Amino acid sequence: MGPVLAGVLQLLALTGALALVHIPLGNHLARVYSGGRHWRVERWIYRAIGADPDAEMRWPAYLRGVLAFSAAGVLFLYLLQRLQGVLPGSLGFASVPPAQAFNTAVSFVTNTNWQSYYGEQTMGHVVQTAGLAVQNFVSAAVGMAVAVALVRGFARSERSGELGNFWTDLVRGITRVLVPLATVAAIVLAARGVIQNFSGIHEVGQFTGGSQQWNGGAVASQEAIKELGTNGGGYFNANSAHPFENPTPFTNLFEIFLILVIPFSLPRAFGLLVGSVRQGYAILAAMAAIWAGFAALMMWTEFAHHGPALEAAGGALEGKEVRFGIGGSSIFAVSTTLTSTGAVDSFHSSFTGLGGGITLLGMMLGEIAPGGVGSGLYGMLVMAVVAVFLAGLMVGRTPEYLGKKIGPREIKLAALYILITPALVLVGTALSVALPTPPHSALNSGAHGFSEVLYAFTSAANNNGSAFAGLNADTDWFNTATGLAMLFGRFLPMVFVLALAGSLGEQRPVAVTAGTLRTEKPLFTGVLVGAVLIVTGLTFFPALALGPLAEGLA
Amino acid sequence: MHPSVTRTARLLGAGLRALLALTLVTGVLYPLLVTGVAQALFPGKANGSRVTADGRTVGSALVGQSYRLPARPGQEDPGPDPRWFQGRPADGLGENSRNTRYALVLSGATNLAADNPELVRRIRQAKAAVVADNSVPGHRVDPADVPADAVTSSGSGLDPDISPRYAALQVRRVAHENDLPVAAVRALVAEHTEGRTLGFLGEPRVNVLKLNIALKALVTRG
Repeated sequence: MGPVLAGVLQLLALTGALALVHIPLGNHLARVYSGGRHWRVERWIYRAIGADPDAEMRWPAYLRGVLAFSAAGVLFLYLLQRLQGVLPGSLGFASVPPAQAFNTAVSFVTNTNWQSYYGEQTMGHVVQTAGLAVQNFVSAAVGMAVAVALVRGFARSERSGELGNFWTDLVRGITRVLVPLATVAAIVLAARGVIQNFSGIHEVGQFTGGSQQWNGGAVASQEAIKELGTNGGGYFNANSAHPFENPTPFTNLFEIFLILVIPFSLPRAFGLLVGSVRQGYAILAAMAAIWAGFAALMMWTEFAHHGPALEAAGGALEGKEVRFGIGGSSIFAVSTTLTSTGAVDSFHSSFTGLGGGITLLGMMLGEIAPGGVGSGLYGMLVMAVVAVFLAGLMVGRTPEYLGKKIGPREIKLAALYILITPALVLVGTALSVALPTPPHSALNSGAHGFSEVLYAFTSAANNNGSAFAGLNADTDWFNTATGLAMLFGRFLPMVFVLALAGSLGEQRPVAVTAGTLRTEKPLFTGVLVGAVLIVTGLTFFPALALGPLAEGLA
Repeated sequence: MHPSVTRTARLLGAGLRALLALTLVTGVLYPLLVTGVAQALFPGKANGSRVTADGRTVGSALVGQSYRLPARPGQEDPGPDPRWFQGRPADGLGENSRNTRYALVLSGATNLAADNPELVRRIRQAKAAVVADNSVPGHRVDPADVPADAVTSSGSGLDPDISPRYAALQVRRVAHENDLPVAAVRALVAEHTEGRTLGFLGEPRVNVLKLNIALKALVTRG
């Protein structure tokens, strides 16, 4: 069997596994967010918070919960890093400097996991396990909560504008979804060789004599939620390329599966919650079509290995591990950038020019195919609102989606959602290239150097976290600028999504007539994919032409 | 105080209490549970898959290492030890710049772009070195036979494996340097070649550390 066929079979096996698991998991997600009894441990947590888990919130209250919880997260994680030097269980590592601690705190709370630090020399056990890994759980749960609030805006018909309770959605996402799944996944990973211990830095003998110093760490428990919550922040600098994070071809495919499983299950949950599973599958089909298309393109360009260095080597293996090969690395790269994960099992900067462009484009689509945990679903639903609007313009009818009218207020909120991230990306990149010193951070020159900066802001504003890692991002400029891009790129879209949810929740549903656009049909899936590609293409084409396209076509 | 300030403070307090409660669940109980299970069921794997040979630890089965000649005083790097199978280049590997009382290995890639002239230069140089190092009297390595993994740095810089093609390319040199029959070394490589998992996952590979341990045993037996 050749490597191309093996790569295609891995893609098919992954698709098969997702097809099997998304049904029970989608059903479970729909149940979790549909009321029912509270568990005892959940009631303890609600009591600690001082929240009534059954109180309904309108969108401003829901948003205040999101913002207060996230602000507390940034503050706590910042302090934890700043105090590391005096915390026990920190391997004696020094405190993290202020700009980097700010960047990292924001990065993990916004589900980005951009890392301007080297994990193995910077973060001790306490910060990794009780700080960073905690945000891996809770930032994912916040994403799901906001997505569910939007779905309730569509689903509810009593015109109250009530969207559920943020604290209940947050806690249940953790206790009933993320913790059980992550526990199983972490044990599977540890069984295959991912390390899980709390040892200090220790010497390990080497074959030709001498020894090496190694970190211990609770890596399997962090790796599981890092993928499952589409976070992506590696315990080690090499992330999922490190043998202790991703030791075998099986763990590689398993980690890709973990990245994709919740985002690909949420559309089914959405369909169940709005009372039509087929509506969910129309969304799922759009996500799956883009993901599969990107994966095929990536394999094609990486196996073809154009580019002077890769041709000299005889294959695109720079930055890739032998055990994963080009097929496994391509699938990982596409899955991590089409979600908001940003974990890497191979280094995107050394991909072919077009391969690097595909990772960039994946993030630029807004990470909606299938996207981050929760953020993928709400991002795709906003695009569905836009697609319905475009289709409505063509036939001259007031657009509606799932029985709710898409009026001026709704379309303005959707437009703001779509504009905010590109604005952050393009302004941040332009400033970094125009200012005198930031360009010195680029490792490569010319088109690829530009791509490094464009990649950094695309990754930050879309909350991805992967990098063209040649860029030295540990400068005050990049720590601050990408930190702000991450904050605004996460929370402004959430403001617009929740406002949209509130606006939809205040409407009485309209009856389906012969003139209604049937959004559960394949035609609509096609319109949706078209809308996603056209909106992104028009926004980013000039920037892409200066970077990866110039490199790939040279 | 203004009521909006009080309300914000109360809300932030609720956020902080929620964070602390969830930190207990996901940052304390969860990692301890996973550690307990992993240490009870598969302690060897959870502690780094260490390999022992001749009664001492010689590394991890999962982590690549270098097989260089011992440095003489004043010498930077004496080059690869031709008696042992060599792993991939690791140009992205670094040393720690923080908390420098430790000497930690920083995993990583070169991140050099496919059109970077520096990367082209390194790859050409690596290829020439592989050809020179592996050519033995009566057999010169054809540059076209050098596989990509022999001249490129991996993502982690700690790749434990090489492709079967790169292992095969080193067989004559290793046999020559250790006074072993070529057929015996070739059989050793075949024995240590791992196919794709389930026939389609990943790529065929040879674990360099395990191969070198077996080679050492063969040399000692004579």
